[in-house]
Amino acid sequence: MEFVYEVEGGDFTKAGNASSAVKKTLKQLNVNPKVVKRIVVALYEAEVNIVAHAYNGTIKVTINSEHIHIVLDDKGPGIPDIDLAMQEGYSTASSKVREMGFGAGMGLPNMKKNVDELNVSSEVDKGTTVEMITYL
Amino acid sequence: MKISEIIKVLNASIACGEAYIETNIERGFASDLMSDVLTLDTDKMILITGLANMQTIRTVEMADVQCILFVRNKQISEDMLKLAQEHNMVLLQCKYSMFNAVGKLYQAGLEPVY
Repeated sequence: MEFVYEVEGGDFTKAGNASSAVKKTLKQLNVNPKVVKRIVVALYEAEVNIVAHAYNGTIKVTINSEHIHIVLDDKGPGIPDIDLAMQEGYSTASSKVREMGFGAGMGLPNMKKNVDELNVSSEVDKGTTVEMITYL
Repeated sequence: MKISEIIKVLNASIACGEAYIETNIERGFASDLMSDVLTLDTDKMILITGLANMQTIRTVEMADVQCILFVRNKQISEDMLKLAQEHNMVLLQCKYSMFNAVGKLYQAGLEPVY
């Protein structure tokens, strides 16, 4: 099955709505709660990143008996140096993002820790794609 | 330590989740940085924070934490309350600083996460 969610950049009141919906679905599908937590923590960090950095984006979640595959695709400034962005503590977040409790350079490392496969590709001034795969 | 004891120790007020105050809490984690909260894998934990916004509630939802203590007299908005109630969370408020609240809870026997 497949689900698609729209995410609006800059709107922190809605940040987490998609992750919350995915969590509900995974629980209904009786996925192991520990696996659910890891997936939604990674997804939530990624969703917050779209809200924090991009203009808008989509989240596509594909679930089958073998894996949960999530692709976050955004239109935004992109990431000039992905290796640098993957380093713990590196951040370009605004003070507004920091006020929301994020922006300390933990997002991408946190995602990596919680999924089996993380692929990040980006084009400056166009956008970023984050792919996360968790095997069941 | 039960949530009801935490309320007593800090003279805290309860904003929602009265039905769950006999729930047992073993560990406390104090942070205003939500990404740090998202690194944890700890059950029966209370989040102690001075960050009062929708992302605080969303973070504990994702992290499977049931109870939040807001320190420094931070106020809980209607939206936060609604979302917390939806997820059966217990929201507490106290007037103490983070340092003071954490000290009192530690002294009362609440364990750290690490």
